[in-house]
This record gives sequence, structure tokens and C-alpha cells, in this order.
Amino acid sequence: MGNSNGTVWLPEGASTVASEIDWLFYFVTWTSLAIMLLVVGGLIYLAYTYRRRSADDAPQPIKESKLLEISWVVIPTILVLLVFTWGFQGYLKLTVAPPNAYEIQATAFSWGWSFDYPNGASSNNLHVPVDRPVKVNMSSEDVLHSLFIPAFRVKQDVLPDRYSSVWFEATREGEYHLFCSEYCGTQHAEMIATVHVHSQTDFNEWLADAAMDEDIPLPELGERLFGQQGCQQCHSIDGTSGIGPTMQGLYMNDRLLQSGETVTADENYLRQMIIEPTAQVVEGYPAGVMPSYARLSEREINALVAYIKELE
Amino acid sequence: MSSATATHDGGSASAAGSSEAPNYLNHQKTIRSWLLTLDHKRIGVLYAVTLATVFLIAGLLAIAVRLELFMPGETIMSNDAYNQTFTMHGIMMVFLFIVPSIPAILGNFVLPMQLGAKDVAFPRLNLASWYVYMIGGALVVTALLVGSVDTGWTFYTPYSSSGSMSVLYMTLAIFIAGFSSIFTGINFIVTIHKMRAPGLTWNRLPLFVWGLYATSIVMVLATPVIGITMILLFLERLLQIGIFDPALGGDPILFQHFFWFYSHPAVYIMILPAFGIISELMTAFSRQRIFGYKAIALSSVAIALLGFLVWGHHMFVSGQSAISGIVFSLITYLIGIPSGIKIFNWVATMYKGSVWLQTPMLYALSFLFLFTIGGLTGIMVGVLAVDVHLHDTYYVVGHFHYVMMGGTVIALLGGMHYWWPKITGKMYNETLGKIGAILIFIGFNATFFPQLILGARGMPRRYATYVEEFTFLHQVSTISSLVLAAGLFLVLGYMVHSLFWGEKATSNPWGAATLEWTMATSPPDPHNFTRTPIVTRGPYDFHLADEVFGPRHVGDGAGDGATSEPALPRETEST
Ligand code: HEC
Ligand SMILES: [Cu+2]
Ligand SMILES: [Cu+2]
Repeated sequence: MGNSNGTVWLPEGASTVASEIDWLFYFVTWTSLAIMLLVVGGLIYLAYTYRRRSADDAPQPIKESKLLEISWVVIPTILVLLVFTWGFQGYLKLTVAPPNAYEIQATAFSWGWSFDYPNGASSNNLHVPVDRPVKVNMSSEDVLHSLFIPAFRVKQDVLPDRYSSVWFEATREGEYHLFCSEYCGTQHAEMIATVHVHSQTDFNEWLADAAMDEDIPLPELGERLFGQQGCQQCHSIDGTSGIGPTMQGLYMNDRLLQSGETVTADENYLRQMIIEPTAQVVEGYPAGVMPSYARLSEREINALVAYIKELE
Repeated sequence: MSSATATHDGGSASAAGSSEAPNYLNHQKTIRSWLLTLDHKRIGVLYAVTLATVFLIAGLLAIAVRLELFMPGETIMSNDAYNQTFTMHGIMMVFLFIVPSIPAILGNFVLPMQLGAKDVAFPRLNLASWYVYMIGGALVVTALLVGSVDTGWTFYTPYSSSGSMSVLYMTLAIFIAGFSSIFTGINFIVTIHKMRAPGLTWNRLPLFVWGLYATSIVMVLATPVIGITMILLFLERLLQIGIFDPALGGDPILFQHFFWFYSHPAVYIMILPAFGIISELMTAFSRQRIFGYKAIALSSVAIALLGFLVWGHHMFVSGQSAISGIVFSLITYLIGIPSGIKIFNWVATMYKGSVWLQTPMLYALSFLFLFTIGGLTGIMVGVLAVDVHLHDTYYVVGHFHYVMMGGTVIALLGGMHYWWPKITGKMYNETLGKIGAILIFIGFNATFFPQLILGARGMPRRYATYVEEFTFLHQVSTISSLVLAAGLFLVLGYMVHSLFWGEKATSNPWGAATLEWTMATSPPDPHNFTRTPIVTRGPYDFHLADEVFGPRHVGDGAGDGATSEPALPRETEST
């Protein structure tokens, strides 16, 4: 990923705001270093010059220097007011998106992301065009999350029942990390997606491709959704058990439920599990962990069912 | 340990120490006498033992966290176990250790003695605070046994209102432990106002007392807020009334406001007493009055009050309005300046002094180094635009460890070494002491500095695993944390050793000039002083402290801190 280079302290910036923020970061870092040297230098000098020579060292009364006191009040005050001003100017830039920004809708859930584009395309990684302001409108399906793209120097909490937004303009094509930075439980650390910055033409191509749901066969669409919607984070397709049961060989199998009954995993069972997972809970797995996917379209649910049926 | 007997009365006092005068440790010996004691010194010792245990457990949890992060992916525990581990580490360190630490241990022991008082104003309330604390601690253990808490020490809703029920025990525990803080705070405020020795004016109060005074104000005013917040969380969970949980119509941001309205001032509860200790150490080991006494004393109180107006700096990216962000950032800076000035004052205190690099002084100097880094990284995360990038990353983790551990814990260690002879009547091994201080200093920096870099490079906090590119810095941090731990265990080792085999301490081994050193034996009499001290000079007027340094400067203030009558230690010596 693009993040591995950059300076000692910061990953390489890839957005229009990055250079300004990096400059501010380094200004504070270097000034801090200067202050640090002053303090440590003074400390070592004084501790050495006035080191104790004998237990009988007589205490000496001293006069305090007003000039010294005033200067170490005034200079730091000026410095912090300076960085405060720069900091809030930068902050205003970060909070106000340009009016012509391209808008993407993001949904955060435990534990994954889903990004929806104006033309109906949907993806669990973020795809954006380069050199164009993008505004991401966000909301959460459950607890707090936070969208953090280190290379863009942006971060914004995502709340349930309320919209928040973040904007950026990518300046370099490439792939970057997108982290969840607000603690959200078991797989918080794995709630990572990738930001793909494309050239405008590549982006258009990707977008058209991603929106082609209508034309591709159901199982194939299902396979794509299984990844995009984060099912694979909890369900394997190779027989290993994860947070949820594996999907391999599930279709038409007998399932023991927590209620004690046994049902056959037919199409309706699969459909019900996707829309309302709490209605029937599989024995041996926790209830309430799997989120409901009732927000998917009819065709998408059909596609998922078709895909699971094929996993023998 | 002849190197420790700095003062003129030192040599002879140790000779006197061999005669078994009754002191607060040996005048009663039963367990019952400890558990029902009303003596502030014994309560201080009870707290010391309890808090050392909590620090040990929470510290081991920190090591577990570091080990898990040694490599990406699962190293020694699952995600869930990791989340519970860092949560317990945070809750125990913050609520059960750092918040009470200095006031409860050293404040209890030293405050009345520095005031020339027999005890605190309300000895029963003081003992009650320890029992209340123990109940809080027991509830934390219950929460652990009943289930698992994995919310982080911040309990952010709605995550905390949806998880396991043991969160309820935890919130109750914090609610109850809060009362222990409030009791201590009230007690200290009244004691400082009402129990000062004759002549001990506000201008002559030792700065440790000023620090405790400021802290007590915050304890009394802020702690009820966290109590109420925890109760609201509790009620929401139990009765399903919507306060913070959006599913019930509540507002999760409201919780963050409530939480930080306490937890930011709590930062000052933790750091102000540390400032006090550093003032004591810098003066005693420089044999020089403090530079800018009034500035340090009053700015502590100012910080305590202004500290209530900056909570929003924890929420720059939470979705609060840009205006609030800007206002909070500005006030945060204004409150940061007095802390910075204190650093300069402490450094300048050594000017024309006689700087004695004993272990407590080494801690004071490492405090100056570490706390400066903590403060400067604080300036960094206060820069709004930069904080957007750094918020909730390891930069913040590094920053607050520099402040809380590099600040408060280092000051506590310095204070423990400084007052150890007074508390126990024994000297620890000075050589091991210095080795320990240096190990801790190096281990600390090598553990937490890499975390600053990790965070700036984008590593989010509270991650059980991470992407490959962060591996190297995490490994440096983990290995160094073991050095830090080794240093701390060394301290524990020689401290315990000194209890049994340590040299007897003289009444004033450091040549300090405050009342607990000039007027009381080590360990002190059950009633602290055998005669009420009369004070005629400031706490750091070493040039007037003739009872310590001989009547070199004849004039006003001849005698102890200071009366024309001979001071207590000398009198005992001659008998
Ligand atoms: C956060 C983890 C998680 C995610 C994401 C998740 N599930 Fe589940 N799923 C579970 C758990 C746990 C169970 C078993 C408990 C239950 O029945 O509710 C389960 C059960 C199921 C079952 C029944 C399995 C059986 O063995 O009978 C199906 C089918 C299913 N999920 C499909 C999906 C699909 C399709 C998606 C994506 C659209 C998905 N799940 C996303 C956790 C998850
Ligand atoms: Cu998260
Ligand atoms: Cu704060």
C-alpha cells in the first residue's frame, strides 16, 4: 500500500489537505524539539554547575528575574496562539466540503463498510476518482464507528441514527488503508477496507462495472455480494467454523436450532436467516451477532441465496 | 548509609533511633488496630499496600497487551480476550490507581504533617474512604467474575449499552469508588483550611499542600458528574429508558459530553498532586527556594478551575459543531500555558542551589523530561486540523502515557522514595534506587516514544491486531515494556528488602525544610509531633532553616520552621 513510504513520522500524503497538515505537524514537532532542547539543556547545565559539593553546602538566597519570568510566559503564549490559529483554519477546511463534491453514501456496521454510489453501485471498499473532491455521507447501523484514512489525513466518527460526513480530494492514484478508529467490539481491528484511487476514466469504468448487477447471473452477483457485504468475515466457504457457521454444504442440510427444533436449510430458511437472523438461531452460535440484511434489494437477496446453494 | 546523612543533625539522630521510642508503626501491632485505625499515617499505608496491588495487576495486564501486539494477527490471545484485557488495564489504572494514588497514599501521610497537624479534620471519614474504595474494588472483581467488560475505560455508548450485563457492575463500582475520592477531597479541603499550625499562613504552605488543595477541589466538584453518568448508564440498561442509546431515542454524543466533563478534570486530579511532589523534590534536592512560589501555587488552583472548560477537546471528530471545537481548542491552550511555566520554574529552581542527585531527584528530573514530552504532544493533539489525523491513534496513547505514567507515576515513585524513610523509618538501597530510576526512564521512553510514531503513521488504538507495516515499531515497544517492568520490579524488590534489612533512617536524611522532616522522628510519633510546631518562615527558606543547617545566618527565624525553642528531633537525641 502507498502508506509505507513518507517521512519518519507521517505516511505519504495523498490528498489536497495533507501537505498543509503535515507542515503544521512538523512545525509543532520542530518547535517542540527546540523547547525540549532548551529544557533539557538548562536542566543538565544547572544540575552540573550547581552540583552538590559537600553535605555542608550552604543554602543561598537568590533574587528572581522578572524579565525571565515574563519572557517564558509571553513566548509560549504567542507560539500556542499561532498554532491554534493555523490549526483552526485547517480544521475549517476539513469540515466544509466544496459544493461540487462527488457524493458517496457510506454505511458502517459491526464489522465492515458498505459504500453506495449515485448510480446504484455498491462495494465494501472505497473507490474514488483522483483530483476530484469527494464527500462521503456516513451513518452507522449499530454502534459508533469512525472512518479514518491516514493517507488523506481525515477522520470522522460515524453515528447511528444520524448522518455525519467527511470530504477529501485525492491527489495520487493508488491503494490506501481505511481504518475504523472508534472502538466497536470484537473485530474492531479487522474493520479495515481499502481506498482505491483511480484516474477518472478508470473510475468511470469501475463504476459502470459495479453497477452492472442487472446483467450478471445471480450466483455470480451473490458471490460478489458475499464479499462486499462482509458475510465472509463471519462465514467461511471452506468448511471451517468462524464467528458464524460455514456456508459449505449448508443447503438442504438439517439444522439444529437453539429453540430445539430441527429444520431443513432450504431456500426459505436461507432467506429468513439473511433478513431476520434472530428469528431462528443456530445451536452453538451466539444470537444477535449477525446483523440483519433486510436493506438489500430483492434481487440481491435472491443472488445470495443462489450463491449459497452452490457451495457444496 | 552515611551518604544519606546529609545534615548536621543526621549523624546524631541515627544514634538516637536505636532507642525504641513509640512510633505510629509499633505502638499498636494487631491487624485489628490497622483495620480500625483513625491515624492518617496508617490509612496512608493501607492505601499504599492496596494501590500497589492494583498497580501490579493492571501493570501485568499492560504486559499482556504488549505481548499480544508483538506480532500482527493472534499472538497470545483472541480479539475478545484482548479487548477485555486493555479495558481492565484502563479501568484499573485510571479509576482504581492513578486517580486515588498520590492523594490517598502520600497525601494522607504527608498532608497533616506538613500542616503541623495531628491528623486530618475527619479521621473517621478518612477510614471510610478506604472501605468505600475497597467495596468499589470488590465490585470490579465481581464484574470480572460475572462476565467480561470489553467497552474500553471510556464506556462509549451505544456499545456499552448493548454488551454484557457485567458493565452494570463496573459502572456501579466506579460510582462507589467515586465516593472515596469525594471523601478524601472534602477531608483535605477542611484540613487545609482549619488545621494549619500557628504561623503557617497560606503563603507558607508547602507546594505539595497547594497541589492537594487544588486536586481536592476538582475531586469534590467533578466526581459527582461521573457518578451521575454511571447511574444514568445503569438506569438506561436496567429500565430501558432512552438517554444515550439511539435505539431507545437517546443521544450517544451526550454520553461523551458527560464522560469527558469528568474525565478531563480527572486528568488534573491525577497530575496536580504530582506537580506538588515535584516542587518538594526540586527544592529539597537543590537546597534552594522554589522559583516562583506564588505562580506555582495559584496556577494549580487556576488549572483546577479552568480544567472544567475544556472537555470538548476529546470530541473534535465526534460530530460536535466546528464552533465548539474551536472554542475548546483555544481554552485548552490557555490552560496548557501555566503547566509549561511550571516546568521552567522547576528547572530554574536549581540555579545557585546545591543539586544532590539522589534517587528521588533522579525521578524529579525524569519527570521534567517526560512531562515536557507529554505536554508538547498535548499541544500537538490540541491543534485542531492535526488532531483530526491523530485522534484515536497510538499518538494519543503515547501522549497520555507520557502524562499519566511519565508524569503522575514517576512523581509518585519519586515521592515514595523521598518519604520512604519517614514512612517506614528505613533507608532503601541508594545504588539500586538509581539503577531502578534509570531503567525505568529508559524503558519508559523506548516503550512509548515508538507509540507516538506509530500513531502519526496511522495506527489506530484499541486494535487487537494490525497491518504488517506497523510490526517493527510495535516490537520495539513490546521489548522495551519488559525493561520498564524489570525496573519497576527492581524497585518493589529493594523497597520490600529495606523494610526488613534497610538501615535505620534519621529524622531528616535529605536536609529538607518542611515540618514533617524538621519536627518529627522517622517514623513519626503516633500523634506526629510531641509539641505543636510554630512556623515563622516559608517551607523552602533553606537559608533560614537553622535547625537543619546550623545557625549560620543568625537573625529572624532562628530555630525550626521556626521557633526559638529547640526542634523535636534534637531534643529526643539528647535524651
Ligand atoms: C458479524 C458476523 C456475521 C455476518 C457479517 C454475517 N453473519 Fe450470518 N451468521 C452469523 C452467526 C453468528 C450465525 C449463527 C447464529 C444465528 O443463527 O443467528 C449466522 C447464521 C447464518 C446463516 C445460517 C447458517 C446455518 O448454519 O444454518 C446463514 C444462511 C447466514 N448466516 C448467512 C449470512 C449472509 C448471507 C451474510 C451476508 C449477507 C451473513 N450471514 C453475514 C454471523 C454473521
Ligand atoms: Cu471500530
Ligand atoms: Cu482532556
